[in-house]
Amino acid sequence: MAIEKKLGAATRDAYGKALVQLGKTNPKVVVLDADLSKSTKTAAFGQQFPDRFFDMGIQEANMVGVAAGLAAQGKIPFVSSFACFLICKTHDQLRMSVAFPELNVKIVTSHGGISVGEDGASQQSIEDIALVCTLPGFVVMIPADQYSAEKLVLQAAEWKGPVYIRTGRPKAPILYNENSSFQIGKGVRLREGTDVTLVANGLQVFEALCAQETLKGKGIRASVVDLHTIKPLDQALLLEEAKRTGAFVVCEEHQIWGGLGSAVATFLSKEYPVPVEFVAIQDTYAESGKPDELLEKYGLTAPYIVEAAERVLAKKSSLTRA
Amino acid sequence: MQKLVNIPDLCAKAREMRCEIIRMLGEAGSGHPGGSLSCADLLTALYFNALKHDPKNPKWPDRDRLVLSKGHGAPALYAALALCGYFPKEQLLTLRQLGSPLQGHPDMRKLPGLEASTGSLGQGLSIGIGIALAQILDKKDYRTYVVLSDGECNEGQIWEAAASAAHFKLNHLIAILDYNKYQLDGAVKDILDMEPMAKKWESFGWNVCEIDGHNMVEILEALEWAEKQGGAPSMIIAHTIKGKGVSFMENNNNFHGVAPTQEETVKALQELGGK
Repeated sequence: MAIEKKLGAATRDAYGKALVQLGKTNPKVVVLDADLSKSTKTAAFGQQFPDRFFDMGIQEANMVGVAAGLAAQGKIPFVSSFACFLICKTHDQLRMSVAFPELNVKIVTSHGGISVGEDGASQQSIEDIALVCTLPGFVVMIPADQYSAEKLVLQAAEWKGPVYIRTGRPKAPILYNENSSFQIGKGVRLREGTDVTLVANGLQVFEALCAQETLKGKGIRASVVDLHTIKPLDQALLLEEAKRTGAFVVCEEHQIWGGLGSAVATFLSKEYPVPVEFVAIQDTYAESGKPDELLEKYGLTAPYIVEAAERVLAKKSSLTRA
Repeated sequence: MQKLVNIPDLCAKAREMRCEIIRMLGEAGSGHPGGSLSCADLLTALYFNALKHDPKNPKWPDRDRLVLSKGHGAPALYAALALCGYFPKEQLLTLRQLGSPLQGHPDMRKLPGLEASTGSLGQGLSIGIGIALAQILDKKDYRTYVVLSDGECNEGQIWEAAASAAHFKLNHLIAILDYNKYQLDGAVKDILDMEPMAKKWESFGWNVCEIDGHNMVEILEALEWAEKQGGAPSMIIAHTIKGKGVSFMENNNNFHGVAPTQEETVKALQELGGK
């Protein structure tokens, strides 16, 4: 039985909405954008709070440095552009001017992953999570729907220290509601199973839920965890799952190297080694196309998660027999 | 703190600063003497005359801010801060040692008086813009000073920041270029010539003046001039000599990133009258 796909707002729209709320409630919040405010959705903040909005023009490196200076004076800068431009172009500035001095800068990008669609590979960010995860002290998140995005953005403003949030371009399937609660660094268990744990973030959470239904039809009971925070990793939840199911599939709209899969595998191999499979972009760039076509072509839809779950279960049973 | 207003007093203080720089680097056994000595007069004029600051209250909200964008000049900044009283002078000799707050390049988390962490060139001017924007948002009157190196102007981010600061009309932002004509691999004119330097900054919309960066009268006049400029940020291009004050280090780029030996330290201190 397929679960209902009800599209809500894009997570970037939820970011724009949360920013306006922050503008009203927190005078320390300032917003910087690099000439993409209509796409990143910071424009609404800019219209309502023009004194606290800085359109920096197309210069990401300077923008991050300026944000560091503002943060050093007690402001809470939210800095936005497309994920690939902001994160790839300013790794040095994020390192030297933000992460190293532990400044209170919030980097929120849009157009994460390949679901950017028709604009093609140059606009699709598949490396951002790996890059930011290498920076000590940075919180790294990918919310799955409008409700989690909005609440996590609000929490990021309260968090002391650097935070990275990746949002997406397309409308995201609704998973939660206004009353759902979220906490930075704490995953959400959406389904509880005993055979295999499907860990996902962003749009992949919905795909994992669909996969869980299919697996149920095959007699396989899968847990589904929305691990919106990659760093710090929810180790307690992962350990609990590892002990109960003993097999993982990690699903992410990111290059297979250095993202959520790497984080989960590193933790599990150290604390509780169990077989892990990965649904991710296989060390390649994508291309132009409709978001759904791209997710399908690059192996990021529910059927691929089902296959990965079956593979990991085969490994698990061969290990048990051995 | 008590300002030094007489030129001889400031020159004496600059000499004292150079002695501390040599002692620190001699003790540390590594570091950047050339670019520390070239900006010693500039930092003396700033910390002992121009800057509004209180070493007893490093986080005073109304203080002027200084960002040393050329982070490898840290010994000069540390010497200035110590001589002002931000921390005991004896601590200078812990430069670059494990556990010392005097890191090889400035770490703002570890030492009072540091407004930024720097060391990857090209980033300090952007940080200065952020501080200057905060000053406007907070309706404060303080000034933000950023000390740049000439080699650093090779970096694209400097020119992003140059355009940005002018666009935001940051007249409380004052940049000082320690134009000592050398970068690590050789003379700036040979590695990546940035001339015409003044015209570049002017064309980006800055108020620009050029001075002898070792002439205390000219430095003070330039800092006063910069305070009076309106409508745009100001750039003081200070022509300096790398290694200034120690005969065998002056214009000798071997001392860009190599500390003096024990023997050289003694000789340099003798020249500077610091024993």
